[in-house]
Amino acid sequence: MRDPSLPYGHRRHAATIPGAPALAAKSVSAGYAGSAELALQEVSLKVPAGARIALVGPNGSGKSTLLKAVAGLFPVKGGEIRVYGNPVGACHHRVAYLPQRGEIDWRFPISLQRLVTTGRYVHLGWLKRPGRSDREIVSRTIDDLGLSPLAERQIGQLSGGQQQRALLARALVQEGDLLLLDEPLNAVDAGTRETISGVLSGLQQRGKTMVVATHDLESLASEFDGALYLREGREAEPGPGAFVGLPVGREAAWAG
Amino acid sequence: MGRLTEPLQFTFMQTGLLAAVLVGVTCAVLGVYVVLRSMAFIGDALAHTILPGLVAAYLLGLNLLGGAVVAGIATALGIGWLSRRGTLREDTAIGVTFTGMFALGILLMSTANSFRDFSHMLFGNVLGIVPRDLVLISALALLVLVFLFLFHKELELTSFDPVHAKAMGLGADKVRYGLLVLLSLTVVAGIQAVGVVLISALLITPAAAASLVTNSLPRMMAISAAIAAFSGVAGLYASYFFDVASGAAIVLACTACFSVAYLVRVLQRGMSKTAG
Repeated sequence: MRDPSLPYGHRRHAATIPGAPALAAKSVSAGYAGSAELALQEVSLKVPAGARIALVGPNGSGKSTLLKAVAGLFPVKGGEIRVYGNPVGACHHRVAYLPQRGEIDWRFPISLQRLVTTGRYVHLGWLKRPGRSDREIVSRTIDDLGLSPLAERQIGQLSGGQQQRALLARALVQEGDLLLLDEPLNAVDAGTRETISGVLSGLQQRGKTMVVATHDLESLASEFDGALYLREGREAEPGPGAFVGLPVGREAAWAG
Repeated sequence: MGRLTEPLQFTFMQTGLLAAVLVGVTCAVLGVYVVLRSMAFIGDALAHTILPGLVAAYLLGLNLLGGAVVAGIATALGIGWLSRRGTLREDTAIGVTFTGMFALGILLMSTANSFRDFSHMLFGNVLGIVPRDLVLISALALLVLVFLFLFHKELELTSFDPVHAKAMGLGADKVRYGLLVLLSLTVVAGIQAVGVVLISALLITPAAAASLVTNSLPRMMAISAAIAAFSGVAGLYASYFFDVASGAAIVLACTACFSVAYLVRVLQRGMSKTAG
């Protein structure tokens, strides 16, 4: 992958530390600036490369906050987050973040295709414009997600499911290795759900690592390798009979 | 036809027309971002806050535009600083800064012997523009348009999805400050055309009209620029033939274009409703 000559971040893109897990968070606490209340309290998470891990919990349990902290979008007040062995922000190009739909101004006059193209910007940096290879991967991914007929449509005129697929397409064209997906299946129709699930399975087969915030308890066992349960900003015990899978929480993170 | 070309034989009309079109187009293109990022209030505020810079430079015998640029940039940074980390809501910070600076400008004016000297700052005098000003206005216009062209993708992204920008290490603040500085420069260039009080109309009205009739950003910029250019010419002609204030005539021409765009939008909506 080519490096941008004028990257957006302060740091140059760092190389992976050999043997490091895709994501290792140790006792991470985080909260809004100026507020004493913590949205995350000493949460730990270890995600081996290639795994597909679910973050499970009710609204306000800290799922989104944890994903944002890993993406460098939320100030961490304590603990440590390492992505491929590097501090947050050193691997912008390898971490793709899919936000919840509400974070975007959908009235903005931009087409679906341009929205998806913004996923390539991390590889371009300042001043460089998307080239032919960027356009190719964008149109291929839009096609994969069944959005081709809508490519020129203004993003506010898409349905909720189409918007969600557009955001996933953007996360995919970044060609990141660690995907942080904040409720990609929230409020989408059955068809979109199937499309997205299929895409995520394909990604895992290609060795990508995924951390997915989800409400959907039924698909945990069939679609995920492990799950971290959160409640009120802390790690919670899985309920009786709940899916466990690969250990990813406090014990796994501190085992080394 | 003879009547329409009659004003063009005067040099002051030629210079004025060129200046009005240049300033209008710059404001209109930048204004698209002002409208889409809901920065209308800060645009208006910046226009008012450069008044003390202009007046102080005038009283001290310094370069007027230099004074205005300094005051504009100081305000842009000051508002950002006051509202950082949510100490104050941004619109409150803008309200406090802008009224204070405008009052300072008026206070400084009152220390001068005559208020008359300043009326062209408040209300503009596009027909008083000399070729030397025109060079400066062209340079500022070029600078703003080149910046918008070079940083189009960053401006676009931070406007509709600052979170994604931040996730790739592109701080929306950097872009925002850059935009505020550009806004100051544009406002300074536009002061001579329509004055401190009406400059925000050139920033907002053409872009708002364009946003009503298209869903594409480049087209919005083109339509906004066309409206501003047309309004500059129409306003100056009205000023020439009916002997009215040029700045106000230009702004009212923009307002008329907005009204037409609004009407078109309402009719389109009505038609698509009956059709669907």
